[in-house]
Amino acid sequence: MLRYILKRLLIMILTLWIIITLTFVLMTSIPGSPFTSDQTSNETVQQNLEKHYNLDKPKYMQYLLYLKSIVTLDFGPSIKQPNQTVNDLLGRGFPISFELGIVTVIVAVISGITLGVLAALRHNGIIDYLAMGIAVLGISIPNFILATLLIQKLAVDWEIFPVATWASPMHMVLPVLALATGPMAIIARLTRSTMLEVLTQDYIKMARAKGLAPWKIIIKHALRNALMPVITIMGTLLAGILTGTFVIEQIFAIPGMGKYFVESINHRDYPVIMGTTVFYSAFLIIMLFLVDIAYGFVDPRIKVTKKEGE
Amino acid sequence: MEKILEVQDLHVRFTTYGGTVQAVRGVDFHIHKGETLAIVGESGCGKSVTSNAIMRLIPNPPGKITKGKVLFKGQDLTKLTEKKMRSIRGVDISMIFQDPMTALNPTLTIGTQLVEGLKQHRKVSDSIAMKKALEMMQLVGIPNPEERMKQYPHQFSGGMRQRIVIAIALICEPELLIADEPTTALDVTIQAQILELFEKIQEVTGVSIILITHDLGVVAKIADRIAVMYAGKIIETGTKREIFYQPQHPYTQGLLNSVPRLDTKGKLQPINGTPPDLFSPPLGCPFTSRCPLAMEVCNKVYPDSTRLSDSHAVDCWLQDERAKKLLATMVTNKR
Ligand SMILES: Nc1ncnc2c1ncn2[C@@H]1O[C@H](COP(=O)(O)OP(=O)(O)O)[C@@H](O)[C@H]1O
Ligand code: SF4
Ligand SMILES: [Mg+2]
Repeated sequence: MLRYILKRLLIMILTLWIIITLTFVLMTSIPGSPFTSDQTSNETVQQNLEKHYNLDKPKYMQYLLYLKSIVTLDFGPSIKQPNQTVNDLLGRGFPISFELGIVTVIVAVISGITLGVLAALRHNGIIDYLAMGIAVLGISIPNFILATLLIQKLAVDWEIFPVATWASPMHMVLPVLALATGPMAIIARLTRSTMLEVLTQDYIKMARAKGLAPWKIIIKHALRNALMPVITIMGTLLAGILTGTFVIEQIFAIPGMGKYFVESINHRDYPVIMGTTVFYSAFLIIMLFLVDIAYGFVDPRIKVTKKEGE
Repeated sequence: MEKILEVQDLHVRFTTYGGTVQAVRGVDFHIHKGETLAIVGESGCGKSVTSNAIMRLIPNPPGKITKGKVLFKGQDLTKLTEKKMRSIRGVDISMIFQDPMTALNPTLTIGTQLVEGLKQHRKVSDSIAMKKALEMMQLVGIPNPEERMKQYPHQFSGGMRQRIVIAIALICEPELLIADEPTTALDVTIQAQILELFEKIQEVTGVSIILITHDLGVVAKIADRIAVMYAGKIIETGTKREIFYQPQHPYTQGLLNSVPRLDTKGKLQPINGTPPDLFSPPLGCPFTSRCPLAMEVCNKVYPDSTRLSDSHAVDCWLQDERAKKLLATMVTNKR
């Protein structure tokens, strides 16, 4: 187990380093600098500022300085808001984004699985068609369109939910709905098809031949096996939800990390770009690692503890 | 002897997009206490459907028992509610499936799968269930049962898994065990071991066994009586002796000629042709198109069952008294 974790850790660090490097290259090759949009600044001020933020140094030095800031977990102050450090922004934005993300994941997983199981049990019935109809819509409508539709109907026209911002559980409903519908639809379809397949398996027939109650067969014997593929795609879904938060936070004016991330790119706020990218990447990489570990727990045939070739 | 199960005129149909499959078309047989009855026949003749129908495990839709009775100790199982039927499955009648590689749930430990039936039906404590499970593991010959119970199916070989499946089937001490091709998926040497295990189990528990197979070698080894099935009907029944030494139905004779035996010295004769389509089975004897002795009447009318002894019965016009007389007159007329 320890060996496996160490190996994974090494790969994770390598992945992160590649992301950092790519981000640095992309970031510095975008035309413009953090100060170009400032009307007040003249030549000397700009030079002083560049000096202050080490932007006058050669590229490789800047790169090394960024690496150092990442290793020490100190990204320094923001360029646009010099009175705030990047860590301040992350500390403020992350809890909100995390809340949005985690509620979305919970809603998507629970409703997706429920919908999928119901559809499979009522195969070719009305519930099945209804559930799959919802799923097809959920997959084909992009979250930003859904978000605007929801705002228009449920917030503006019918005034059931607040239009934007992040204050109470009522504020969470629309953004979570907009963000969760896509993944929910994917999970529902996948659960349905694997469930249908699992239900024809011999071990389900055997469970019935034992005289077990139907709900026990579904929960204990069928669902557990049907959820394996769902766990496999959880990594991809998490990545999708994470990037979805950028868009949704913008639309609903939610003061999460996504907002800082998008703003930082618009403003070429290098330390914030670097900080948020590293943070997002590290978070996702760790999540994917946890998904792999969870897979081993659900499927005893996959043993993460085993050495290779065994 | 007490009849533990009696199947009368059982009909099962499947309604599919392509039409209605008449998978079982009037099957009669019975099994006594402590006996082993083998149901033999080519694949597709309705053996599995028959056994699933007894357990009421036919998927509905598309399948349905359209006619007939399944009397278990006098009680008609086809009339029971699903709930009552659940209390019979695994308790009074158990079933073993063909492929031990897929019959066990890959995500649950052997121990869990062993005791869950017991816990559902007998409401016993964990410790008593575990004790019983250990006992069963020992009975079916699994070494280190205590350790093995904590393991998962993929950690066992095919033969071991079939032993576990048997242990699961027997844990509530059923009176009838239906084994649907229990050795077909196994290596020959393992097959022999599993058949021996069946004999041992029957000795210890007195369970009646319906053994479904297409392998006459298996039948020869452990059956007391044999029912030969063809195109959804049982066309001949008898004791092992009667079927092996005095087979009367041309299909039974053909089956016996198509397996290697010591006295045929390698002259194997497969039965030519294929069984009829069960979407529209023939009115008369379904074997007509393949039968070397077929007569005109065979194609038109299904033969009645002719009793040859207390235990031996056959559905063939050749054995029918009326046909025999007719044949005799035809022969004399020719002279
Ligand atoms: N679920 C089903 N739907 C439609 N037809 C079926 C179904 N199950 C079995 N049948 C048909 O019933 C017939 C008997 O099948 P089966 O009992 O499985 O044969 P076997 O003797 O090989 O066990 C076959 O013709 C098969 O096509
Ligand atoms: S009834 Fe006729 S066709 Fe059928 S087995 Fe007997 S002789 Fe052959
Ligand atoms: Mg079969």
